[in-house]
Amino acid sequence: MTALKVNGRTQDVSAPDDAPLLYVLRNDLKYNGPKYGCGLSQCGACTVIIDGQAVRSCVTSIGSVVGQEITTLEGLGDMSAPHKLQKAFMDENAAQCGYCMNGMIMRAKVLLDNNPKPTDGEIRQALDGNLCRCGAHNRIVRAVLRASQEA
Amino acid sequence: MNIETNRRDLLKGAGALVLAFELPASEAAAQQAAAAPPPLPGSLRNNPKVSSWLRIEADGKIRLLVGKVELGQGILTAVSQICADELDIDMKRLSITSGDTWLSPNEGTTAGSFSMPDCGTAVRAVSADARRILLGLASQKLGAEADKLVVSDGTVRAPDGKQTTYWELVSGQELEVPATGKSPTKPASARKYIGKNITRIDIPPKATGSLIWIQDLRPDGMVHGRVVRPPQYDAKLINADLDAARKLPGVIEVVRDGSFLGVVAQREEQAINAAAALRQSARWDMPKEAPASDTVHDWLLAQKTKDVVIKDQAKPANLTAAATIEQTYKRPFVMHASIGPSTAIGTLTEDGVMTVQTHSQSVFETGAAIAQMLGMDKTKVRMQHVQGCACYGHNGADDAAADAALLARAVPGKPVRIQWSRNDEHKWEPYNSAMLLKTKAEVDAKGDIIDWRFELWSTSHGTRPGNNAGNLLPARHLAKPFPMPEPVNGGPPNYAADRNAIPLYDFPGQKVTTHFISSFAARASSTRGLGAYSNVFAIESFIDELAARAKVDPLEYRLRHLKDERGRAVLQKAAETFGWSNFKKQPGRGRGIAFARYKNLAAFTAIVVEVDVNAATGKIRVLRAVAANDSGEVVSPDGVKNQIEGGLIQSLSWTLKEGVRYDASGVRSEDWTSYPILTFTEVPPVEVVLIDRPGTPFLGTGEASQGPTSAALANAVFDAVGVRVRDLPLTPARVKAAINA
Repeated sequence: MTALKVNGRTQDVSAPDDAPLLYVLRNDLKYNGPKYGCGLSQCGACTVIIDGQAVRSCVTSIGSVVGQEITTLEGLGDMSAPHKLQKAFMDENAAQCGYCMNGMIMRAKVLLDNNPKPTDGEIRQALDGNLCRCGAHNRIVRAVLRASQEA
Repeated sequence: MNIETNRRDLLKGAGALVLAFELPASEAAAQQAAAAPPPLPGSLRNNPKVSSWLRIEADGKIRLLVGKVELGQGILTAVSQICADELDIDMKRLSITSGDTWLSPNEGTTAGSFSMPDCGTAVRAVSADARRILLGLASQKLGAEADKLVVSDGTVRAPDGKQTTYWELVSGQELEVPATGKSPTKPASARKYIGKNITRIDIPPKATGSLIWIQDLRPDGMVHGRVVRPPQYDAKLINADLDAARKLPGVIEVVRDGSFLGVVAQREEQAINAAAALRQSARWDMPKEAPASDTVHDWLLAQKTKDVVIKDQAKPANLTAAATIEQTYKRPFVMHASIGPSTAIGTLTEDGVMTVQTHSQSVFETGAAIAQMLGMDKTKVRMQHVQGCACYGHNGADDAAADAALLARAVPGKPVRIQWSRNDEHKWEPYNSAMLLKTKAEVDAKGDIIDWRFELWSTSHGTRPGNNAGNLLPARHLAKPFPMPEPVNGGPPNYAADRNAIPLYDFPGQKVTTHFISSFAARASSTRGLGAYSNVFAIESFIDELAARAKVDPLEYRLRHLKDERGRAVLQKAAETFGWSNFKKQPGRGRGIAFARYKNLAAFTAIVVEVDVNAATGKIRVLRAVAANDSGEVVSPDGVKNQIEGGLIQSLSWTLKEGVRYDASGVRSEDWTSYPILTFTEVPPVEVVLIDRPGTPFLGTGEASQGPTSAALANAVFDAVGVRVRDLPLTPARVKAAINA
């Protein structure tokens, strides 16, 4: 048994210490937010926030994050009370397929936590390691800018 | 508004779905009287019953059933907008079932920018029919003339205040009524949704981690499958240590059937570990020789080809050539490269039904191919589309569905989830074919084009499952393999390898020849736009070269050769929006323009791009891009802009960076490091302007901007530094080499 603290709740999982956090979050704890994209830390679709840092959960073992605060997309808000970033992505239709959206929102959350009023260039820099294949980049940047302008 | 993701609930309810549209007596008589009706619009042609598309449920919910599926193009939102407006209901009242082979109308494959022309048009007609029929029923019930009734969100009111609802009007027995396609549709002034920008229905769940993706389905008892692919296309499995794999933690089953090698395990990481062990122990018979990407264009020219002249218009005898110019353009294999690798869930239940949840574009035909592969009756295979990562064409989705079915057959009763790895997707998806294009023009003394010759060499752009197991990757690896059928090139009016190869320009003499190659240098199939990307790149680069040679502005030169009014309009609109006439040339910077009407019968798009080229490094920086698009009547302006901009940016990525590398050892482009794509800091600002044509047919949008973008970019590079790069992608090394040549 490993105890993981996810979105403020401590939950026990019976998985080996070296199991990737992504699979444990998705399969054992049934979170939908983090996505499998590459398993190689190359695309960012699996991003979660751990102790304030954007982390690629596909290459993070659960044994390495015991006792740390893990936040998934679900931890930010839900459909009835979305986080300002989630709301901004809806308002800007900031997606084509939206598969990368989890990573975009989670990475942007860490950016705004550290730099509440980023420039367009700073947002692009922050998201440069998160891949989008649909070409929704400019919409995503607009959504992050919009969220940064919310109180 | 609700997109069905819990299919079991829907299935349970299906038997009880009652509804119905009673056909008023006068209507029935009118239909009997009508002899030989004209063809129904859109996908109604093959699915003519109203009840195939719309169901009114007792709780006041209205269900729209469609055969087209959501791929990130926003189709489910657009057809919901249409349905809600034509039926006079609030969008919140609507639920959608899409791409379920047991429930949805068969609309074939979701591809080719046909979703709006086929599905959107059908939904509009059938919703208007349903409204008219319902008002007929209400008229009888309320004792008021139908044209005096007012509808608000499905509640029908008579002038005297009496009212009823759509769900009270349906009688309870299912009645299948043929659609007429003739009911009046809403005038623009009466629409609430069509033409408006709304939040797409799938984005709130995606932004919050609510259940919507195929990846989010976790049926009870689900187990995890992985397939170990050969190292190279034609490698054959000699042996592998199956027993060792069976002893690994969590392993439920190991399957070997010829060169098909797979494992099913309790946990996902256990399946991955077992697959890795199998891969390590496997010995393969490798082919001695195989084509390589470095020499693919020589390979194309060396193959036996099927040659078809698709356009032959002799140059008038009175025109005399002052010069003849020839060029050759090349593009490599390019991958779809979805961010989410392919996935599927297969379950063989006790009733002998194989159910596969899939993000395939072609659930009906892929289902039939899977049935053939399994030796099952096709009525016993049920395919259910659930949204997956955008595919941009025929990627690994169908093969993953077949993998899931094969492994599910080995563990009856257990839902088996297949998840391709990044490596699987990069190496095994069918790519967009490499192409070689030769152009030749005769120009008169003014430099105007009097004769145009265009020849193209390409492998197939269409190896979708198409009811044939031989098109499914795992079926080709079985001990009794299903042979791959010989691919054919799709013909007119849409064409395939030669899509957009016929120029829309009014050149006096024209000859276009397709050299179709039915063998493969790498696995290939349909990718957004098929051959249009390459053909438009060559046509619009060459015309730019001819404009430069004639010392005529490239916009003016195009307009000189183009009569089509809608084509001229997008060219002029793009130029005006960009500021073409006031452009101030700076050293190292340039602008380029290009145009196409997708398939010569769909959307019109002109693109202008501005670039900065570093002459020392050859690196291209795209500074900005403008697109003007005419997709006919616009249902969702933001949706159209999203598709045009997305297609433009994806095309910039193809054009600047992409080419699949492979050799006899296999595909070498196996992840995002070995196959890089455009990233945020490289994406330019994009402005999209639309020319809306209310009252004209939907033309479709998804594949309209890729072709013109490639040529606009190459033309801008020429404007910036005076060199032509005709060999894609436009890498720094190639640009630098051209500058130094």
